Amino acid sequence: MIRVFSLLLFYQFAGEAVVRFTGLPVPGPVVGMVFLLATLAIRGRVDEEFKNGTGLLLHHLSLFFVPAGVGVIAHLSRIAGEWLPITLSILISTFAGMAVTVWVLKAMTAGRRRSAGKTQ
Amino acid sequence: MSTGALTGVWMALSETSPFSLTLTMTAYMLSLWIYKHCNHSVWASPTSLTIVMVALFLGVTRIPYPKFFEGAQFIHFLLGPATVALAVPLFAHRKRLANMAFPLFVALLAGSATAAGSAMLIAEFFGASREVVLSIAPKSVTSPIAMGIAERIGGIPSLTAVFVVITGTVGAVGFPLLFKWMKPDDPAAEGFAVGLTSHGFGTARALLVSEEMGAFSALGMGLNGILSAVVLPLIFL
Repeated sequence: MIRVFSLLLFYQFAGEAVVRFTGLPVPGPVVGMVFLLATLAIRGRVDEEFKNGTGLLLHHLSLFFVPAGVGVIAHLSRIAGEWLPITLSILISTFAGMAVTVWVLKAMTAGRRRSAGKTQ
Repeated sequence: MSTGALTGVWMALSETSPFSLTLTMTAYMLSLWIYKHCNHSVWASPTSLTIVMVALFLGVTRIPYPKFFEGAQFIHFLLGPATVALAVPLFAHRKRLANMAFPLFVALLAGSATAAGSAMLIAEFFGASREVVLSIAPKSVTSPIAMGIAERIGGIPSLTAVFVVITGTVGAVGFPLLFKWMKPDDPAAEGFAVGLTSHGFGTARALLVSEEMGAFSALGMGLNGILSAVVLPLIFL
């Protein structure tokens, strides 16, 4: 577990360093994730300890959003004056975005499966 | 002990790290319990439940948020390593991912444009102010990227942070409902859509559904973050 955690911290640090030096508009941990993905792709496998350790951390990802999320709830009064357009906008656009994404993926992968069937 | 002394002890205790951590963990354990016992039902997203419980507690006890956050720093910090760890499920599903690369790219463009575009149009249509319309554009993107975008396009970053959390909650609570109705029956497509529209909040819940859904959700979140960071500032130049 300690080995896994140290490695994750190292990749996060590398990501932060690259963001600081290049001014990329992406958070350090996201760059760290890309570096780790590249490392795994080169190695071609993930060992059990690493899989279990990261699995445990990811299973509780919900928890890690709580401290920052609570702060936002404290700012809810900021939107009191325009709550109606904001509520409608977020509700409709979130579901519309999700539906369109799923629909495009389903339509395109179904078409591909059909054409693959024809050529065989 | 007099009431005054008790209040003093409580005040001192409530500012300590163990207090904030215990409060967060207790609320989280309770949320997980509710999530499990409601058969993973629609409204019981662990993130949102925990946030609401902690916010209510802080409101009732009048503990200032900055004090709480200072104590809960340790939990907040784990967000970084956990984000890095998302590489592991992505790697596990690399074959399916490579196979779907082109459809994923098209779906990313369509979904991202729909989420940001319809949000702005609807807000504008119902009479939101200019600042709100601009701040709501990057609301589907993970908060550090979203706040950076808001700053660049003339929105208000802290307002965007509020929209990001509300969007994440709506997406994480609502996706089981939408997919029950749409029946896509494809964890990869569902996960990608959830991460694209409701960033980390959605990804956290997708990971509780299945590893494959979580992996594609992480991918949707990352790609929409990068796409929005590049495209949104260009549109508002």
